[in-house]
Amino acid sequence: MDNFSLLMGGFGTALTPLHIALMIGGVLMGLVVGVLPGLGAPNGVSLLIPLTFSLDPTSAIILLSSMYWGALFGGSTTSILFNIPGEPSSVATTFDGYPMARRGQPTRALTLAFMSAGFGALLGVVVITLLAGWAARFALRFGAPEYFAVYFLAFAAFIGMGTGAPLKIVASLSAGLLLSTVGMDSVTGVVRLTYGFTDLLGGISFLVVVIGLFGLGEILATVQEGLRFRGVASRIRLGDVLATMAELPRYWATLLRSGVVGTWMGITPGGPTAASFMSYGVARQASGKSGPAFGTGRPEGIVAPEAADHSAGTCAMLPMLALGVPSSATAAVMMGGLMIWGLTPGPMLFATKPDFVWGLIASMYVSNVVAVILVLATVPLFAALLRIPFAIIGPIIVAICLVGAYTVSSAGFDLWLALVFGLVGYLLTRLDYPLAPLILAMVLGHKAENAFHQSMILSDGSLGIFFSNPLVASIMAIALALLILPRLGGLRRRRNPPEVVE
Amino acid sequence: MSYVTRIAAGSVAAALVAGTALAQTGWAPEKPVEFVVASGAGGGTDNFARTIQSVIATHKLMDQSVVVLNKGAGSGAEAFLYAKQNAGDPHKLIFGTNNAYLLPHVGKMAYSFQDLTPVASLALDEFLVWVKADAPWQTLPEMIEAAKAAPGTIPFGGSQSKDTDETLVALIEDTTGADFKYVPFNGGGEVGVQLAGGHVAGNVNNPNENIGQWQAGAIRPLCVFSPRRMAAGEPVFDGKGWGDIPTCAEQGVAIDSYQMPRTVWLPAGVPPEATAFYADLLKKVSETPEWADYVAKTSQSGVYMAGADLDKFVTESEGKAVAVFKAQGWTAN
Repeated sequence: MDNFSLLMGGFGTALTPLHIALMIGGVLMGLVVGVLPGLGAPNGVSLLIPLTFSLDPTSAIILLSSMYWGALFGGSTTSILFNIPGEPSSVATTFDGYPMARRGQPTRALTLAFMSAGFGALLGVVVITLLAGWAARFALRFGAPEYFAVYFLAFAAFIGMGTGAPLKIVASLSAGLLLSTVGMDSVTGVVRLTYGFTDLLGGISFLVVVIGLFGLGEILATVQEGLRFRGVASRIRLGDVLATMAELPRYWATLLRSGVVGTWMGITPGGPTAASFMSYGVARQASGKSGPAFGTGRPEGIVAPEAADHSAGTCAMLPMLALGVPSSATAAVMMGGLMIWGLTPGPMLFATKPDFVWGLIASMYVSNVVAVILVLATVPLFAALLRIPFAIIGPIIVAICLVGAYTVSSAGFDLWLALVFGLVGYLLTRLDYPLAPLILAMVLGHKAENAFHQSMILSDGSLGIFFSNPLVASIMAIALALLILPRLGGLRRRRNPPEVVE
Repeated sequence: MSYVTRIAAGSVAAALVAGTALAQTGWAPEKPVEFVVASGAGGGTDNFARTIQSVIATHKLMDQSVVVLNKGAGSGAEAFLYAKQNAGDPHKLIFGTNNAYLLPHVGKMAYSFQDLTPVASLALDEFLVWVKADAPWQTLPEMIEAAKAAPGTIPFGGSQSKDTDETLVALIEDTTGADFKYVPFNGGGEVGVQLAGGHVAGNVNNPNENIGQWQAGAIRPLCVFSPRRMAAGEPVFDGKGWGDIPTCAEQGVAIDSYQMPRTVWLPAGVPPEATAFYADLLKKVSETPEWADYVAKTSQSGVYMAGADLDKFVTESEGKAVAVFKAQGWTAN
């Protein structure tokens, strides 16, 4: 096996004391930027790039990628504890992670998240190792219609089995789509819906909205309910961590399915954020009506988005290295670094710089294991944060939220946006409007619109282009099936009520 | 002793210590300098700014530290608006391309070229016509004939709308009478992959955006829009290197030059000494081996321009582009 011997050579490169120290340092720094909302992996990595000028490229990419993994793990921590996603891709983790933590099981929620994230990442690396050459060629087959089909699939998978009033889902989704159109449209070059505000030229940052809707909205809700975080009285023991790890194999099906979804979205490349939403939707759909509802702290609701997020994050490195197309913001920054170090991303990188590529891939095995161990060791510490009285932690969270909102693009305007969306988030939650479709639409809306518009230019306005070859046609067919089948399934179930499991 | 006089005394002392550097220009930054980049992190302009940052750090060309800020919204307009909001502040350098003076022509932007002070241009990026390796065309005129035979059917990919790529495609159309179908994508890397995958028939990427796919033999260049052939360098694929690519004028397409300058600006209203200081600093940067290395690796032409040279270049380049904008009906005013 050719790839295998190259990988062994890569381990030789990765397992030097300097590189292991860089991994640990990178993961720790990543954890810090991941925990602070808004700072995030892309900013963290671009801050580190000047420091890498003195390192050789392999050491530099190991440091940067380790920081990325650390940030992905750190982003889940605040999602679960405070309902504030540290990273865009950990939004879906809030849906069940936060309720579980509020029920007094923060340790269980964090452990579940970290273990499934670690599993997802390792699955992603294994796929990269085995399929590097094939996957890079496969990604070349994605033109504008195929991209649209993938985004449509993500929407369909998430919305298809939506719980709650359909009209409210549509309202929330439309609001998200509307918000995603603000700013300059790259296909027509026209500036839309900015009302003369130059701050809106770049659009409304999705992270600022998330910080407002989730972080500040939650603070307002807590204030109304008596200034207390619920579920505070939990005891934190290392035993809980071990017990949860023993529980994990029970969710093997969810883990595997989410890993596959993430791998697919990482390679195609739809990106980790889309992957986590899609995987959450698919898990909800697969679970049927058995057990407690999703959104109330169900373990699968944590396992699914985390495993998918990390396998996609890992696989996103592949299109970046092999094609020069980054499928996440962080990958884009790393690619910039690659060029400054004098390397050209592209199909030939694997042939011309095998030390670099396989050193990086080998380091991904090691640094993800390092990351899981480091974050698990900090679980009791993080979970203990919930025991701090609200009078102290509440203002700190508000401060962190506002710092995060400011950091996204160093704009004071974003602070007002975050405050406004905090109020909106509070009201929408009170009125039982689901926030998730709004977020999904904001993340994917603009990309889906661009891909649709490009497809229409290519086909001179014919929708037939979405069924013009087997690849795009089968993705569209799966998406339509995910959208329609749950409705039919619901009718059938009404006739034969399912047995209640658990 | 008042606060002001103490500071004055302090700067005199500092000037005495710093000696030669200050004697030349009489001005030096007093606090960290912001490098404001008119593109997102990881783009071509971003690499340009960060390379300069690393050269300044390696050779200790400036006493103050450098902070890089990405303001790439609206095809880079965000960075130039930032310059307008910070008029007179000599601690903010703006990094861009020809977008600095072309954007106000195509969109209703809340800034004009008068809000910027030209400092220097450090390199010229080339534009080439690329096709898929197995495409039937060997020269640009052959491709143009095909487009004339079937108007509006051959898709040309490019980054952004009404930006440098679409302007060049429109210029080819205006010059030759061909009719292509222009499809805008988000960036040069994406356009390169769309071509390698056969989803578009051609693109006009810069060398650096397509070299990876050329090395792999997935795509090949037809010609370069430069007055003379590019520097030879090492062979890239199949024994051919950058120097072997014919110019488009050689092939008989009457566009002798289309190049994108890598430019540096200050806000309007800064002291002339500050402009001179940065022009001198960037001149020093352009003379380092690291800079030569960057220019060679990205296959750009390392031409340093400042003062009257730069003004002349900008006026000519602006004139040509605006003629295309008028012909296409893109002008905002």
